[in-house]
Order: sequence, then C-alpha cells, then structure tokens
Amino acid sequence: MSAAEELYEVTLVVNGVPRSATVPARRLLSDFLRHDLELTGTHVGCEHGVCGACTVLVDGRPIRSCLQFAVTVDGAEVTTVEGCTRPDGELGPVQQAFRDCHGLQCGFCTPGFVTTITAYLEENPAPTAEEAREAIAGNLCRCTGYQNIVASVLRAAELRAEEP
Amino acid sequence: MKPAGFTYHRPVTVDDAVAVLAEVGPAGKVLAGGQSLVPLLNMRLAAPEHLVDINRLSGLAYVRADGDGVTVGALARHADVERDETAYAVLPLLRETLRHVAHPTIRNRGTTVGSIAHADPAGELTAVLALLGGTVTLRRAGGQRTVAAADFFTGPMSTCADAGELVTSVTFPVPEGRTGAVWTEVARRHGDYAVCGTGVVVTLDDDLRVAGARAAYVSMGPEPVVVDLTEAVAGAMYDDAGWPAAGRLAAGLLEPDDDIHATAAYRRHLAEVLTARALREAAGRAAGGQR
Repeated sequence: MSAAEELYEVTLVVNGVPRSATVPARRLLSDFLRHDLELTGTHVGCEHGVCGACTVLVDGRPIRSCLQFAVTVDGAEVTTVEGCTRPDGELGPVQQAFRDCHGLQCGFCTPGFVTTITAYLEENPAPTAEEAREAIAGNLCRCTGYQNIVASVLRAAELRAEEP
Repeated sequence: MKPAGFTYHRPVTVDDAVAVLAEVGPAGKVLAGGQSLVPLLNMRLAAPEHLVDINRLSGLAYVRADGDGVTVGALARHADVERDETAYAVLPLLRETLRHVAHPTIRNRGTTVGSIAHADPAGELTAVLALLGGTVTLRRAGGQRTVAAADFFTGPMSTCADAGELVTSVTFPVPEGRTGAVWTEVARRHGDYAVCGTGVVVTLDDDLRVAGARAAYVSMGPEPVVVDLTEAVAGAMYDDAGWPAAGRLAAGLLEPDDDIHATAAYRRHLAEVLTARALREAAGRAAGGQR
C-alpha cells in the first residue's frame, strides 16, 4: 500500500489564510497542520482523543485534530492556537489570561486549552467558576492542577468584556 | 500511533455510498464523525482496507422532530441534536442524555447515528434508543429497511447491519401517554464512560398513578439492557411509590461484569440507587407535564 498510496490535494483556510498540501488520505489533521503546513503550535499528545492538546477550531467549533483526516475537512476554516492572537500579533485575551494567572507550566497542553476556551467564551462570555471547570474538563494538564487554568478562563472572560 | 494505509472513498450521494459499500463488502468501514473509529485506527486495533467517508452526504445532516419523535440523519453531530430546540421540546431526554456523552469537543464531531451503529454497550444513545423502542433505517444498493432497536443490537459492538448497508437515520419515538423520562449516570469524571448509567421512562394514568416503569442501562452488560419494572410500583401514586423496591428489582435483573473501574457488586449497587432516584424524578416530571 505505501508505495502506491493515492494522494489528495487538501485546501484549508487556516487562521484566515488559504493553505494547501498534497497528502495521503490517512494524514491526520493534526499532522497536516504540523508537518505539511509547519504550524507546530498545535500539539499532539495521546493521538486517540483523550488529552485535548491537539484541539483546533473547525468552522468555529472545537474538535480533536488527531481524530480527523485532513482530507475529510477539505475546504473548512481552521483556527489553531497561532490564530488566537490579536490582529496585531499581540497575545489574544485567552493567551493574556494564561500569562496573568500562571495558567501554564510546561505549556504542552496549553494550545488545546487556548482553542477550547476561545470557542467556549464565544458561547458563554461570562461563565461561573463551576462552568469554567466544566468547560475545560475534556483537556488534560499534568502540571498545574487546573486551579490556575480555571482562573485563566474567568480572567479571559474579564479581558474580553473590557474590549470595546 | 498513525493509521495504516487504506483506500479512501468520498461519495457525494447516498446511492454512491451504498454502491461503494456493496463493492468493497466486509473490507469496508464507514467513516462519519470518527470519534470512535479513528482512535481504533490510530492505535491500529482496526485496519480496514477501505474507508467510505460519508462526510460529504450533507443531505443526511438533519434533525427532524415532530409530535411522534425525533429522527436523526447519519451526519447530524451529537452537538446538533443537543442544540436542536424542537427536538428538546418533544423529547428532552435526548439533550439530557447527550450532555453525558464525552465532552463538547467530541460531540461537535461525533454523530448520534455513528455511535448507535458502533453499538458500544457503554454508549448512552444506544441505551436511549433501546429504552424508547426506537428504529434504525438502513440503505443498501437497491433497497432500504427499518429495524427495531431490539433487533438491531446483536451484541457488544455488533449489529444486524450487513457489510453493504449504511445506517442513514435513527428514530427516537416520543413515549405514549403521560410520561416522564430521565437520564442519570455515575462516571469517574463527567464525560468519561459511565461506571453505571440509566435512562428511565415512567408512565402515569389519569389519576397520576404509576402505569408503567422501565429502565435501560449502560456499562451493565454486553449490549443495551432494558428492564420492565412496572410490577414493583404499579398502581401507586406518583409521589408515594416504592421506588427503592423498583431499584432492587432492577439490580437483581442485571448481570454486570468486574473491570478495573468497578466490581460487579458496586455496579449493581449503583444501579439500585440510580434507578430508584431516576424513577422518582421521572414520575415527578410526568406528573408536572414535563416529559
């Protein structure tokens, strides 16, 4: 199979920019972003959908990029952690909140948290602490103990609310 | 931890999809949301020769609800069903149950029909379909059939679907009469597989006396288990029925297994407590006209 593997051209609008690559059907979206598009902000942890590190937004909704073939989402709009900044390249509100609240230590899981929380705050701009905890329940972090990540969710909501 | 190679098919009509499935036979596997299948491929626990990706069959991305029930097309994501206000109005049990299915990120991609076609005995929607006596519609080249949930699930991870068939929709009927329904479960962490989960439906008569009580379970057997508990509570007033006795009856009928998460005895204990609790709540909903 490997020698004659059929290739597909896949085009995604990644963080607002159309990007294409030619890949086999079995290329996972996570690997497509990292290897083919060289956007290494998306991290790959468990590769079976448990850890949440690879979470990206596809057409605005957070999904596990390790559980999706790139070819399946051909044509979609994708937002990665690189797209969670402000237009001028400064830290976006969720990223700023993680810095303010010491919401990361080693940082491996952080891209998945940032994308997940970015989408969550679109839906619920003013969560309670309990809702914030629930919102991040699908992402694993082995360093922080989650307290500062919950605080970061609440801080990010404040930062968004202060924006004009 | 990467999938083995496969031949990829991307049909754009249902007819094309079933034609491909007929051609590749048992060597083919349907890919919808991929939230159960892709982990198996990544870990190489499965390596089908052909994958038939139905994500272009946008005509199957529907949720249709009316007074009789909710019909979900094969490409509707769990999140679509969960957010559908009409479906919630006629069958609130679906939203209540879906909130226990993994995490929102998984529900954004995973399909309701896919989880039923996968027939994982820990899958909440399989139990709800069995509880409500729902139906599954399958298309094949040149034909279609609709089968009852009880006939569809034939064992753990196995169904009566033939290799050339595509499950195109499932229908969750609204229970007849004055009914209330509840889903509840215990999991180590919200969104994880349940250690024990139960969905119940209680039917009341015009005098608010219990006319029927049944329950379905996840993680309590190799396939969705549905038990009728009416005998323990029949004729009692909705707010004065012996729900603990119904819980004990249920626990006696179930045959769970031990695993690393819980012993069979603990699962049976959970079933007893959760069943009684859910039945009481469902009876209150039925009395209050909440479904």
